[in-house]
Amino acid sequence: MNTTSLIESVRNRFPDAVSSSHTYRDDATVILRRDFLLEVARFLKADPALQMNFLTDITAVDYSAFGKRPTPAFFASSGVAVSPSSEIPDESPWPGPPGESRFAVVYHFFSLVHKHRLRLVIPVDEAVAEVDSLTSLWSGANWLEREVWDMFGIRFRGHPNLKRILMYEGFEGHPLRKDYPVKKRQPLIGPVN
Amino acid sequence: MSDTSFFTSKLEEAIGWARKYSIFQYPFVTACCGMEYMATACSHYDVDRFGAGLPRFSPRQADVLFVVGTISHKMAPVLKRVYEQMADPKWVVAFGVCTCTGGFYDNYATVMGIDTIIPVDVYIPGCPPRPEMVLDGLIKLQYKIQHQRTTGERVPSEPRPEIFER
Repeated sequence: MNTTSLIESVRNRFPDAVSSSHTYRDDATVILRRDFLLEVARFLKADPALQMNFLTDITAVDYSAFGKRPTPAFFASSGVAVSPSSEIPDESPWPGPPGESRFAVVYHFFSLVHKHRLRLVIPVDEAVAEVDSLTSLWSGANWLEREVWDMFGIRFRGHPNLKRILMYEGFEGHPLRKDYPVKKRQPLIGPVN
Repeated sequence: MSDTSFFTSKLEEAIGWARKYSIFQYPFVTACCGMEYMATACSHYDVDRFGAGLPRFSPRQADVLFVVGTISHKMAPVLKRVYEQMADPKWVVAFGVCTCTGGFYDNYATVMGIDTIIPVDVYIPGCPPRPEMVLDGLIKLQYKIQHQRTTGERVPSEPRPEIFER
């Protein structure tokens, strides 16, 4: 199934759930409302035309600092181009953040049967940083959701064992949040450096 | 060594000689430096020429702790425990720049040099170090082992070759 029909099949089945969608560099993205995640995921897995039986990845993005300050060009002094030249037109520019919400939880699905991919993006506000867990559908979601909880502090409703996976017990805060201080150190042993 | 008797100094020399050519290492390999460690250990560079060819995978049987690769704060208590489990006399080699100083990591997860946790005898920088550097570090460690006193007192390091002292 190509990207357009992938998006259409989700949109037709759940007209209320999809807030927007786009195709970027031949990857289909559907931006969903939070409450519909479990239903849509179940449909993606079960529908014979989709059969998204492989959950590739779950991650999240913190957009709270996005566009707030100019990005220093990493190799600017070396003369190496850091962004596509403005002289080369971008046929399909990146559509930008999915909305006003601080976080976005991102799901990547792949169908081993049909060899197609779909990305689901769920905008999540900081006050209600919680989405449904997909562990009931893909057991592999277990550790991925624990990682997102650990790094971003987004909770997953219905997760059987939602605790830190990369950082240790006793670590305070969620280090990939943009408001986590860059210089903050919490060593288990040894000096704070 | 001038304050020691003939017998003691000869004994120390013999013990040092025996120890430096029978280094049983414990490779604490956590990251990409492990590839370079394996290259050094294999036949092309052949670490067995220096008597360090038999890694022991129990710290209680090892003499030298090779810390190879980035140490995170979560790993730090494990590393300290492994070090404490080793029987004296023991030495530590910091293999790669991450173990020496933290390397290019300066973040919430990484220990900024293992010498903040355990004592280190030889630092081998590089990202990763070439096998030649590892062997050079091993020879420097052998110098330290050879000149270690029976009291446990250690020499700082091998003196620089005269060619550098101008």
